[in-house]
Amino acid sequence: MRTLRTVRTTARARAAVALTVLAMATSCSLVGTGDDEAADPGAGDTTGDASDTSGTAGELGGEVVLLTHDSFALPDRLVADFEAETGIDLAIRPGGDAGALTNRLVLSKDNPQGDAVFGIDNTFASRALDEGVLAAPAGSPAWPAGVEQYALPGDDEQRLAPVDTGNVCVNVDTSWFAENGLEEPETLDDLTDPAYEGLFVTPGAATSSPGLAFLLSTVAEYGEDWPDYWADLVENDVQITSGWTDAYQGSFTQGGGKGRRPIVLSYDSSPAFTVAEGSDESSTRALLDTCFQQVEYAGVLEGAENPDGAAAVVAWLQSPQVQAALPESMYVFPVADGVELPADWARFAERPTDPYEVDPAEVAAERDDWLREWTDVTTR
Amino acid sequence: MRRALALLGLAALPLAVLGVFFALPVAGMVGRGFWPDGVFDPGAVLEVLGRPRVHRVLWFTVWTAGVATAAALLLGLPAAYALHRLALPLRGLVRGLLLVPFVLPTVVVGVAFRQLLGEGGPLAGLGLDGTPAAIVLGLVFFNVAVVVRTVGAAWEALDPRPGEAASALGASPAQVFRTVTLPALRPAITGAASVVFLFCATGFGVVLTLGGTRYASVETEIYLLTTNLLDLPAAAALSLLQLVVVVGLLLVAARTRRASTSVVRRRVGQAARPLRPRWRDTPQVVLTLLLLVALAAPIAALVVGSLRVDGAWSLAYYRALVAPSEDGLLAVPVAEAMLNSLRTAVDATWMALLLGGLVALTVTRRSRGRAERRVRATLDGLFMLPLGVSAVTVGFGLLITLDSGVLDLRDSPLLVPVAQALVALPLVVRTLVPVLTGIDDRQRQAAASLGAGPLRAVLTVDLPVVWRPLLAAAGFAFAVSLGEFGATAFLARDDAPTLPVAIFRLIGHPGLLNYGMALAASVLLAATTALVVLVVERLRVPAVGAF
Repeated sequence: MRTLRTVRTTARARAAVALTVLAMATSCSLVGTGDDEAADPGAGDTTGDASDTSGTAGELGGEVVLLTHDSFALPDRLVADFEAETGIDLAIRPGGDAGALTNRLVLSKDNPQGDAVFGIDNTFASRALDEGVLAAPAGSPAWPAGVEQYALPGDDEQRLAPVDTGNVCVNVDTSWFAENGLEEPETLDDLTDPAYEGLFVTPGAATSSPGLAFLLSTVAEYGEDWPDYWADLVENDVQITSGWTDAYQGSFTQGGGKGRRPIVLSYDSSPAFTVAEGSDESSTRALLDTCFQQVEYAGVLEGAENPDGAAAVVAWLQSPQVQAALPESMYVFPVADGVELPADWARFAERPTDPYEVDPAEVAAERDDWLREWTDVTTR
Repeated sequence: MRRALALLGLAALPLAVLGVFFALPVAGMVGRGFWPDGVFDPGAVLEVLGRPRVHRVLWFTVWTAGVATAAALLLGLPAAYALHRLALPLRGLVRGLLLVPFVLPTVVVGVAFRQLLGEGGPLAGLGLDGTPAAIVLGLVFFNVAVVVRTVGAAWEALDPRPGEAASALGASPAQVFRTVTLPALRPAITGAASVVFLFCATGFGVVLTLGGTRYASVETEIYLLTTNLLDLPAAAALSLLQLVVVVGLLLVAARTRRASTSVVRRRVGQAARPLRPRWRDTPQVVLTLLLLVALAAPIAALVVGSLRVDGAWSLAYYRALVAPSEDGLLAVPVAEAMLNSLRTAVDATWMALLLGGLVALTVTRRSRGRAERRVRATLDGLFMLPLGVSAVTVGFGLLITLDSGVLDLRDSPLLVPVAQALVALPLVVRTLVPVLTGIDDRQRQAAASLGAGPLRAVLTVDLPVVWRPLLAAAGFAFAVSLGEFGATAFLARDDAPTLPVAIFRLIGHPGLLNYGMALAASVLLAATTALVVLVVERLRVPAVGAF
């Protein structure tokens, strides 16, 4: 019995040692990012302030913390080039969607977590401006040609710099309609036509940002009567999911989950991704008369520790290199003129000429009521 | 006096962590609701509590979580017995696989579920898509492993002799179960039930994905109010409501546990040996198999989906995952995202084990006097709270409270593992406490009178018994961390995106390739989890229970 006990104890000890070694070998949350940590916050609090006040325009470097949403993506080499050119150490902090990002900024505006922001869209922009989250740039920054038309109405001081744009449009599965000998719908009105009963799926306005954009399309089209339109949609058996993924990947006939509905709410760029290999045609199409334009902005935060560096980052986001990378990295269109689009985009991603618009100030004022009423109509 | 100090000493670290990373942020967010614009004005909060919609949402949350908890218990108990007491072939593997649902991203499982239940799916006839029943099914799918593991660990450590004695005295198997086994397991069962209930009540993705927009739970409502409408008083009202319900539940659970202070003692170092399955075990084994099939269906759909390209079998999606992508969605190769996930999970696991071990030791020491017992019981409940409070509230709270001086931890790489460890902590505590409670305190006294110091006593008396449950808890914490998405997406630093974040990004964009890659990455995540859990459980000393 004694020998057995000893064997057991040593085996146990060995296992414990093995566990510890394994844990130490892979545990690198601290170790792996240690170098960042040294150049990072805390210490920067005091030194950062000093250099802000003495820093003059054109003298860059230092760290810039860019707060953004969780869809942010840019090729590593672009970031590396930018850092090499300017001497800026760019730290990117993504988290939450556009709404969560804006509210995060509002809640921490007295002590912002970063220097610059990217990803506030035109449905949340008014809140960010009203709450004084963004700093006015020194002088008036020169935006590249073509950008001006996307500026936020009412933002006269250019606090919000447009970076990308995209349209939320109803998409149809053209192959499905061809096979079933049904004419494709074209307008918002068509979606309430009994011929299309049970064929449309959209993410909800309360839980999804494209869903909200679609609600705004209907507000722009029908004005005060938009709840009636939605009641008709419900009557026509629209399916409302919580997010874009559930609608497109789960319920749409051309999504990954092979759903049953051939009409879905998505983006004007989506048809570029439904081109089968070897085919020269997309199997889906965006209905250009149903689109709502989304614009995403960047800006320097009020109270930034490194405002000059932050301004440089904002300008960089509008630079030709970043603008050209936007379609493939984030699935959105550049705002600057003269940027070449990827081949598939140029061919298949048709853009509306006259998308719906709603005044951002009105969105800010009415969002709450609209969402409440929308929820009432759609869950009746 | 020395006892009080020792108690405080043991609990100090967990309490400090809980205070800084949970209590402070929640208080900060709720405070913003009560003090809009810096002036104390509880009117708005009280008004929200009177809204009919809030009552509806609260009721919906409580009943779906309640039904899901009951279902998880009914399905989980036979499986706990079969997989932890019977010497079934491959049971280690099956136990590892049971944890897979835990780590799968909800949005991916949601699509798989809807492929089964939704329009055109094989189970569409049941008409479950978008109904509360689908939500309950989803909640059970994600949480049944909690019951199997926590109850199973206690069952395994149970001294079989009282049961054998009862049988020898003529009790039927049903009588043995009812009068001997069940009372001994009650602490573990109530513990598992309360954890499952809290997970269900704060389940966020499941309600959204499977319920569409028709149903709202307290958690989804807080999310909407905080991230979209910025209605902080309303969010604060709901957070408070959550706290009240959770505290109430914990009090009930604590009472149930106390009432059954188990008299069944375990003999140190000699847990029950797995039994050869007998004919009368057939129902449990069959039920376990059914449960496995039910759990495996959505997972099989995922695996098949990741291997089918244009109607043929192919590894193209897996190849695309490892192919270097210059531009595009996967800023980081999948292997690197996987490594990031593993690193964070290892950290979260050791933190959860350290804190959970300390808490479990603290609350299971024998109390002298009523006051001391009460303090220990309160401590026990306190560490369950993080499970019951909205991740959104904690996440936003972290950003607005940990923002200055020594507490400026907003950018700390520790934030994510600590947040995950706090979620895993109750699982660790609930796995360890029932086992530690079962140790006869006289054994520790004996060790002490033979000259062993307190540490030595823990090592020789407690550790051998707790070793297996400790490993089970480690696997658990690991899986929780690997699958955790909410806090990670919110707090993650870009230099280290985890695999769930990458999957979310892939499936959030059109194109079959993206979808296929998301499925492949999910399968990879699931397989890695199962493997790691298996290896961790292999580390167990085979001798314990084998003699």
